[in-house]
Amino acid sequence: MPSPRYHREIPQRYRLEAVKCNNCSKILFPPRLICPDCGFKQFEKIKLSDEGKIITFTIIRVAPAEFATQVPYSIAIVELNDGVRITTQVVDCKPEDLEIGKFVKLVFRKIQEEGKTGIICYGYKAVLT
Amino acid sequence: MREVCVIGCGMTKFGELWAKSFRDIFVEAALKAINDGEVDKIDSMYVGTMSSGLFIGQEHIGALMADYLGVAPIPAVRVESACCSSGMALRMGFFDVASGNSDIVLVGGVEKMTDGADVTYALASAADQEYEVYQGVTFPGLYAMIARAHMYRYGTTREQLAAVAVKNHHNGALNPNAQFQREITVEQVINATLVADPLTILDSSPVSDGAACVILASEELAKSLKKPLIKILGSGAATDSLALHQREEITTLKAVRVSAERAYKMAGINPSDVDFAEVHDCFTIAEICILEELGFVEKGKGGLFTEEGHTSLEGKIPVNTSGGLKSKGHPVGATGIAQVFEVVEQLRNNAGKRQIKNAKIGLAQNMGGTGASSVVHILKNVND
Repeated sequence: MPSPRYHREIPQRYRLEAVKCNNCSKILFPPRLICPDCGFKQFEKIKLSDEGKIITFTIIRVAPAEFATQVPYSIAIVELNDGVRITTQVVDCKPEDLEIGKFVKLVFRKIQEEGKTGIICYGYKAVLT
Repeated sequence: MREVCVIGCGMTKFGELWAKSFRDIFVEAALKAINDGEVDKIDSMYVGTMSSGLFIGQEHIGALMADYLGVAPIPAVRVESACCSSGMALRMGFFDVASGNSDIVLVGGVEKMTDGADVTYALASAADQEYEVYQGVTFPGLYAMIARAHMYRYGTTREQLAAVAVKNHHNGALNPNAQFQREITVEQVINATLVADPLTILDSSPVSDGAACVILASEELAKSLKKPLIKILGSGAATDSLALHQREEITTLKAVRVSAERAYKMAGINPSDVDFAEVHDCFTIAEICILEELGFVEKGKGGLFTEEGHTSLEGKIPVNTSGGLKSKGHPVGATGIAQVFEVVEQLRNNAGKRQIKNAKIGLAQNMGGTGASSVVHILKNVND
């Protein structure tokens, strides 16, 4: 991943920055330039809730090259307390511990290491609470 | 708008075509379609391919294929919408003829996936790179999460998922163009190597090379040929969020439902009027969700419907008579047109051992990503 691309996403990946529509109050993560629900273009910057619950999940057994050394690992769609849903790894537990409806908290972790450019990529992962 | 007919079709065998190049498999399918359609000119060409750039480092596909087919300087363009690239290309070709701009259009799809690229990475580019793929999710992983949610919400069983693969392999075993011409059992599917729980390798469509082409013509021109008249009654397309997690309901493929509603409306028919369908079974769970979105069965009952045999060759509504993506193979960019190839073969009563009875109206549904784009075409044999 080229460094400008990585740099652009840091506010979302490190600090969970999102925006809230000034018209309809929809929370958008990642931030957008136009609200998909009402078409409004003014937003307030907010921080996402870092707690939520598992909506669905899987265990990845065959991974892309960047993640090949991590298999098997768990991935879930998590609904945060403010209603926003994200896709994230669920770590520090056994894959068989995951269940739909279980509560999780987001933590700051290393996500992947870029082989060619050497950039170590960070972001959010979830742990069971 | 003018009425549009399919007057010719052709495809290569799907599989690991090590000895054949990307351009040669396209030209092979195109020449078969041209020969079948008995045309001596083409006005324009649309080629669907998902990711030739990542698979073989080749872009600029429209001009390349026009050159190698020997039809330059006709206008030719590549159409991309992930795994429904050629389904969308068909829609472009359809409107080109319908508008009166072209009389004869060649629409093709092609993909070369076995030349050594990181296929998992290339396919994942149809998902949201920044907010799905970055976290380590794969395409099987995304469909596995749909499957888990469907099982949780509707009680769909592991055996019902397997029934899709078993049925499609049964049909593929009767298709000489299929990559896997052999039957499998429910036990084999369930006990196969896990790719992303609960999906195994036998829930998943394979990595394939292949191409398929059709020739479209105005109805007036098609009537002058001594062939069954196969008309495109309806074309519908729709989009949804790339990221699965952004959908209101994980088990609902809204773009599939909307694209189907648009195609039904244009064709002036209801789901119950469809005699058979080719649908995008990239994973077993996908076929179950699609049956529900196309209106063949109520939401949540797609697994049971399959297990009870209603989608088999002898069932109420045969689905994926070709073997589907699962057994016929899934060279992603070629799949949409290969589906139409099967629909035309069935409508012409030319499908050999897998021919169904009374095939009058057929539907082809092709989608990209986890259903972020979908296109539906409805075809009818209008001779009778």
